Amino acid sequence: MQPKPEQITRIKAAVFAVCLIPLALLVWRALTGGLTANPIEDITHHTGWWTLTFLMVTLSVTPLRLLLNAPWLLRLRRMLGLFAFFYASLHFSTWLVLDQFFDWDAMLKDIVKRPYITIGFTAFVLLTPLAATSTNAMVRRLGARRWQALHRLVYVIAILGVTHFWWLVKKDIREPLAFAMLLAILFAIRAWHALGKRRRGSAVMQRTL
Amino acid sequence: MLIRRPADIAPSEITPHSVYRRRREFMLSAAALGAAALAPGLGDARAATKLAPLAKSPLSTSEQLTAYDAVTSYNNFYEFGTDKEDPKERAGSLKTRPWTVQVDGEVSKPQTFGIEDLLKLAPMEERIYRLRCVEAWSMVVPWAGFPLAELVKRVQPTGNAKFVEFVTLLDPAQMPGQKIPVLEWPYVEGLRLDEAMHPLTLLTFGLYGQVLPNQNGAPVRIVVPWKYGFKSGKSIVRIRFTEQQPKTSWMLAGPREYGFYSNVNPTVDHPRWSQARERRIGEFRKRDTLMFNGYADQVASLYAGMDLKKNF
Ligand code: HEM
Repeated sequence: MQPKPEQITRIKAAVFAVCLIPLALLVWRALTGGLTANPIEDITHHTGWWTLTFLMVTLSVTPLRLLLNAPWLLRLRRMLGLFAFFYASLHFSTWLVLDQFFDWDAMLKDIVKRPYITIGFTAFVLLTPLAATSTNAMVRRLGARRWQALHRLVYVIAILGVTHFWWLVKKDIREPLAFAMLLAILFAIRAWHALGKRRRGSAVMQRTL
Repeated sequence: MLIRRPADIAPSEITPHSVYRRRREFMLSAAALGAAALAPGLGDARAATKLAPLAKSPLSTSEQLTAYDAVTSYNNFYEFGTDKEDPKERAGSLKTRPWTVQVDGEVSKPQTFGIEDLLKLAPMEERIYRLRCVEAWSMVVPWAGFPLAELVKRVQPTGNAKFVEFVTLLDPAQMPGQKIPVLEWPYVEGLRLDEAMHPLTLLTFGLYGQVLPNQNGAPVRIVVPWKYGFKSGKSIVRIRFTEQQPKTSWMLAGPREYGFYSNVNPTVDHPRWSQARERRIGEFRKRDTLMFNGYADQVASLYAGMDLKKNF
């Protein structure tokens, strides 16, 4: 059974508020001098970490929906995905404005020469059309099939995001490893479910034959 | 079909564990912050042990000092965790007395120094040095110590001594970061003998006129200002003179990324990031990194004729 429409509205409002907490924490730390001795690095790490986390949460919607048998969870997915894009934009702007201070020459060099920047930048560029086509109108304009094909890019983006994290740490890979494992589990649940569906599908076919 | 009202879902069920952990860490640090606010100065009281008046040195830079708080709260000291804020939070478990430093290997007079004797071995000076981290940030720190050469002379290296190896304390009970194999413990660093004898190379016991806080490598560390920060071993228990080039912890961790020399060099990038510029802690715009961290006049001759791209 589904929560009632007005319940869904309330859930959505609550999730929206929760999604703003990481930003609120950052602002709070900035105002109270809690951003370490290297604030720009701290902001970069905070926003990057939450970008990846929101990507993971967005990708968790379908597995959770299947495991919990709660189709209504799908109603939260667009908002979560847009928050991933929101934090990615903050992360990218931190780099652009605070870290590099519009030094186009240096930025271009970094995008070309530093594998982890190349990959992070690619992930961000790929994320943009997904955010741009998130409205109902765009879904209609593209058609469900093409829209879905485009939005499969989110898997690639998540893999790029984890790789970006992996390549930028100096030696302590525990956190990127944890993200990689989470991603693998999420993929495994989907694969397992898809396989099950196909098997059930063929069983039905055999019975009808 | 199962009926699930949203209110039944506990936050811990839908929050990925890593998020949950961060939040816990945040709450813990918020609690610690509150406690610190209630007892001002308590944390610093122990660290603030003044050293005797220090002679000034012509080798000091006149650049603006990095704030004491930054120098003592933003540290790479993996023995206490890999986050920059970990060492300050967790280095309280390090016991710096009693402490001995064993000096041996290719020397005529091997000797084990108690820390109190070591402190009195030579007159201490204040040396204000630039510190450039391999991660492309930098500080200006007023260290206190005397040239390592003073110690080297006393143990008399033999003709076989070509290198000096610095070994950090190994004790996971005092250094909880050593329970995790991010690096090979104990931490080992090394210099060529002529680098170790160079007047800039400082056997260091203090900063800002006070004994070293634990998170900065108490009770005794090396400071080699023309090399990336990780070359300067902390909390040293052994100094060994060798014929072979020491196998340092970072070389073992990433042979393609961290070389034995690791001289600050804006023209030789780390394979994954640029070394051309750095952010001085406390400043907004990046500044250009200087060859040998600005100490080229003093040290360039040590590397005459060497290919610094190969010997990175
Ligand atoms: C979807 C896209 C992206 C994701 C998921 C992502 C994720 C992350 C994560 C998880 C971190 C490490 C946070 C931590 O240490 O806790 C990080 C750091 C960083 N990211 Fe990204 N990122 C993305 C895009 C970008 C882009 C477009 C840029 C710049 C062009 C960028 C530049 C950086 C930099 C400079 C760091 C810090 C590196 C350092 O510590 O030296 N990222 N990012």
